[in-house]
Parts: sequence; C-alpha cells; structure tokens
Amino acid sequence: MVIRALRDEGVKYIYGYPGGALLHVYDAIFQQDDVQHILVRHEQAATHMADAYARATGKAGVALVTSGPGATNAVTGIATAYMDSIPMVVITGQVMSFLIGEDAFQETDMIGISRPIVKHSFSVQHPEEIPATIKKAFHIAQTGRPGPVVVDIPKDMTTPTERYEYEYPKSVKLRSYNPVNRGHSGQIKKAVDLLLSARRPVIYSGGGIIMGDAHEELTELAQALNYPVTNTLMGLGGYPGMDRQFIGMLGMHGSYEANMAMHHSDVILAVGARFDDRVTNAVDKFCPTSKIIHVDIDPASISKTVSVDIPIVGPAKEVLKEMIQLVKSAKEQPDAEANKLWWEQIDEWRARHGGRYRTDDSELMKPQQVIETLCDVTNGDAFVCSDVGQHQMFAAQYYKFNKPKRWINSGGLGTMGFGLPAAMGVKLNFPDADVACVTGEGSIQMNIQELSTCSQYDMPVKILCLNNQSLGMVRQWQDMNYESRHSQSYMRSLPDFVKLVESYGHVGMKVDKFSDLEAAMKEAFALKDRLVFMDIAVDPFEHVYPMQVPRGSMRDMWLTKTERT
Amino acid sequence: MRHIISVLMENEPGALSRVVGLFSQRNFNIESLNVAPTEDSTLSRLTVTTIGDDRVVEQITKQLNKLIDVVKVVDLTEGDHIERELMMIKLKANSGSAREEIKRTADIFRGQIIDATPNIFTVQLIGSSDKLDAFITALTGTTVLEVVRSGVSGISRGEKVLSL
Repeated sequence: MVIRALRDEGVKYIYGYPGGALLHVYDAIFQQDDVQHILVRHEQAATHMADAYARATGKAGVALVTSGPGATNAVTGIATAYMDSIPMVVITGQVMSFLIGEDAFQETDMIGISRPIVKHSFSVQHPEEIPATIKKAFHIAQTGRPGPVVVDIPKDMTTPTERYEYEYPKSVKLRSYNPVNRGHSGQIKKAVDLLLSARRPVIYSGGGIIMGDAHEELTELAQALNYPVTNTLMGLGGYPGMDRQFIGMLGMHGSYEANMAMHHSDVILAVGARFDDRVTNAVDKFCPTSKIIHVDIDPASISKTVSVDIPIVGPAKEVLKEMIQLVKSAKEQPDAEANKLWWEQIDEWRARHGGRYRTDDSELMKPQQVIETLCDVTNGDAFVCSDVGQHQMFAAQYYKFNKPKRWINSGGLGTMGFGLPAAMGVKLNFPDADVACVTGEGSIQMNIQELSTCSQYDMPVKILCLNNQSLGMVRQWQDMNYESRHSQSYMRSLPDFVKLVESYGHVGMKVDKFSDLEAAMKEAFALKDRLVFMDIAVDPFEHVYPMQVPRGSMRDMWLTKTERT
Repeated sequence: MRHIISVLMENEPGALSRVVGLFSQRNFNIESLNVAPTEDSTLSRLTVTTIGDDRVVEQITKQLNKLIDVVKVVDLTEGDHIERELMMIKLKANSGSAREEIKRTADIFRGQIIDATPNIFTVQLIGSSDKLDAFITALTGTTVLEVVRSGVSGISRGEKVLSL
C-alpha cells in the first residue's frame, strides 16, 4: 500500500536504506518498477537527496528510512528541510504497534524526536489509513509554507498477507488547515501606493520567491519600477544575477551595495523573506529610515523579529501579480529624478567596493577565483549544490544565478555534508544538466561515503573541493574574535582525495595553480558521464568579506581584513 | 501581561504534545494549562495562561494557528470573558478552633468542605485564580497539607462562540 500510494502520487524516485521495520515495504519495492529506490550509504544522505529534488523542482521529495537509528540518522536532514521550508515526505519504519513503548529492538519515538522540526507528522494506526495518510502528507508538505512531514509506520501495518481495500484519494480537505491563496486587496493597494511614493526603495526577496514560483512576477515588478533588488541566501536566482538592477545578496556576507542600500532606503518591499538574524544584524539598528512592506505566506513570519508597516499574508506569486496590475494602472509613477539619484548612489557604492577581492597578496589561488571560473565555464546556468562554510558564501557571492532553483544550499540550519547528496538528488532528476557540488575538505568528509552511491547509480556530478586545509569559516571567526587562536579548526591527515575517489571508480583531479584551473574545469564538465572530483588548493588565509560587524546595523561592515565602513 | 489563550484542536494522539512542545521550543512560558474533550468528541478545548508582551502573545497565537491539529485560537483577554479555576485544598483541622476558622473562611469565599476526617478538612473552591490565591493567603493560622488546582478555564462573554 505504501509503494502503491507513492506511485499514485506520481513519485518516481525514493531515497532510502532498508531495515527490519521496513522489510515488508522493501519486498513491495522489489516487486514493481514504477517507483525506483536509490540506496544511499547513510540515511542523512537520503533526506538530503529528497530535499534537493524538492529544491530543484518545487515538488516534495521522498525518503524512506527504518526505525531507530535509521530514523535518528534522518533527523539532521529533516531539520535542514524544515529550516529552509522545503517540502519533503519522510517515511519512517516503526516497530510492531504492540511493542511500542516497550523499548523494543530499534525502537525510537520518531514522532516525538521529530516534533520540533516537522511541519506535521502522522503515526499510522491502521493499514487502511495508509493511502489517505500519504496523500495528506504530500498535501501538507507542498502547500502553504512548505515543510517536511514524517509518516511513521509500524511494521505490522504493512504485513503483506493482510489485505485491505485500497483507494488513493484524489484530494484532501483538512478542517484545521487552510493556507491562504491570495493577499488582502486593501493591504496590497496600500503597499503599492507606498512603493510608488518611494524615493530610495529596495526590493528584498527570499526563498519564498523560489519555492512560491514567483521569480517572473518579481522580475516584472522590479523592472516596471526600475527598483534595485537584493536577494537573501535562500532567494538567489529569484532575480537574474547578471541583471543591472540586481545589487547582490544582503546580510552578514552580503554585498556592500546591498547592505548600504538597505540601510539608507526609505521603503523596503520584503517578499518571501523572514528577516533572519543573518540578514538584519542588530534588529534595533535595522534600517532606521525605512517603511517596510512584508509579503509572506506565513503570518507568523510577519513582525516576528522586525516590526513591519504593511503586512500582507499571501502567496508571493498572487500578491506580486496584483501589485503589477496596480502599478501598471497607477496614475502616478515613481519620481524619476529621485530614482535617478538613488541609482547614482547605488552605482557609486557598487564601484567603491562591489565584488572586489585581493589577488595580489599571495601566490595562492583565491577561492573567489574558483567560483568565478565555475560561473564562466557553466555560463551561470549550472545547478550549484553547496556545502556549508566559506566556500558556500563565496559561491553565493560570486556565482551569478540567472535562474531560480539552481542554487541549492542549506541556509537556515547550515548543515555540513549537505552538498554531495544534494548534488546527487539533482543530477538523478536532471541527468542532462551541469550539476556542481561546491564543497570544502571539511564538509565533503561529512558524507563522503556517498561516492559509493554515485558509482552504483552513475551520478556524474562535478565536485569542486575548495581545499584550504582548515575549517575556513571557523578559522575566520577565530582570526577576528579570538586573536587567531585556531582551536580545532585545521585538519591534519587529510586523505589523498584523488586516490580516494579513484578507488570508488571516479575521476580525480588536483589543481594547484590558477592558470590550470579553467582548462581543468572545462575538462571536468566535458566528461559528461563521469563523476569528477577536483581537489583545488586555495589560499588558507582568505576571509569572506564583506562581513557585518556584530551587533551593528546593516551598513557596519568589514570590507577587508583592515578596512571597515 | 497575563493572557488566557483558548485553543480548539483535534482530539488526536500527539496533538497536546505539539502544543506544549511549541511553548518550550519557542521559549514561551506556560503559567497554567488545562485540556479536555468538548461536546464534539473529535475536538478538544485547551486553555493556556501565559505572560508576555503583545508581540510575544501575537507570536504565540500565530504559531499555535500554524499547528495542523489546531482548529482555532482566541486570546480571551482581548475581550470580555469569564475565567474560572477549581481548587481542592487539604487542610489540617485537628482542633475546634481550626475547624471553625476553616469553615468560616470557606463560607466567606463560597467554598465547600467536600471531605472531612477528625483531623482533616478538604475544601473545594471555584473562582478566578486571584480568588484562589486570596483564599490561601487568608488561611494564615492553618496548615496547608496539599493543594491541587485545575488551571484556568475561560470562555468569552456574550454572543461570541469558539467553535467550528
């Protein structure tokens, strides 16, 4: 019934790892071909694969893990999806229902453990409930503000000898769950009036644009108004990265011009973003002169950290559509003179610092150069699946995402080990696309066992390991705040990555000089059907800049190791 | 400020733990909590009292509303409402004067003695939380052996109804 329901939901791939509580389900998988199972090497990878599929397509991914350790290994992946509002259905095996509570072998209270990190969870009480429960799980995961849903199924709910009527519901209705499908027209009108009267506006958009499929509307509105757009880490690709109106990412490692524009703005239109602490810096100093319009599907995101002036609860796509209509039909248009002055100011900021880094102070390759080369080689169109750390910030800053759903990273939870399984999940579903995993020698080792899964299923992802022989982001903070006491932030006894990947049957490359990089990368991407691991030696002393000064305002930034605003 | 939040939710296993978990997860405080099924056995009514400024309480109601099991949420303290709490209190009553004193105080507070032994009176009292506190304070010379309180229940005054 479980597999049949997944098939009827239109699921093509599930990612998982078998175990005692799931043996009936795995036997069902064996006996059909509609739903293909990908066997990972660790359950965390199964959840990240499902998660990345969702990030790249907008549809819920499915992970299947057994009870006890299988379920607990999936917890990090569930939390990762939860923090970034990613739709996912995680089916966990459970011990026989009559054993629950008796500390049976491989028993764990998965509903309890996962409670704070799921949108909802179900515990199946009777086999007949399975189809409807799975339908509900997908419905809840994919609608409203998306999120992961856990379905816990005791082994005796899947006993194959017991037969029940099967019917997969066409739709679901839950009396206690009715996500809004449009915004309040009066509020939208007020917001548009404010937007049109703005002299120093900024559009600040987040992951809600990506998951809410609203990038076209966002682009149209921004271009109709000629207003600057900044994206959050989760929102990259929501507005074309190579467009003039794009002023970069904002926040802790945001661009100089984006943070300056935010701070000095008079009106901020925030869409599908949640004023996260990595964006706002100190909230009491956040954008003192701005009036804020906040559009979000989740009412709880509004005025959670920063009080807003015009709240609009609704799906970004619908709200932006209405805004575009109103802007087009409005009698008054934005003050052209003010707009021109504002752009002059932004361009001046951009010229002063935008996208600069030093290449002259050492012979070593800069990590930023690696990302810029990647962007050139793939023309800004690759799926870039990142791990967590300095390389993640460099990728966010220097890869110009022209399309949404191409930047796949763990923003909220910051899960090291996310990158490789994420790249696998994307490559499997987009076999013809260029899929790069940008990682470091620290992150990659958190899920390096998945190189084996890549061999089994031929997943020719390109792994760019920015090897600085240290946990770069930790090291940076230690440099800046702990007088360079590098406690536990460097790695001794790294493996020979080239030999390691070769032992899995993949191609390894070692690149030490910038002059070799572009040719090597082109070669790697030309090897269409091979996984290539590029071990790239980069400057271990490099820091990510700009970096906001702790407890400061948006405009308080370190721009280099010695220069600050 | 103290708020009384009423929640109508699915009467399903795990629903209560989601509500309670939300409070600890989001660092909201719970002063008292009570929950029981309603006339419709598929629904439970939960009342929680909490202390927080307007912003915190707004977050609490929004976050509660997000829970899939929660059908409706209302902050009763926003309007006219009635709140009641039940207390049963076991008191040492082993002398004539103590028994007199308890009886008299209970009468003043409109409490009832619902159990008695030669040494003990158990008093039942219903009212606002303040009234129950005041009763305990008023029993200065009496030894309190045990107190059990139901936590606050609340309902809005007038026409307003919290239902499906």
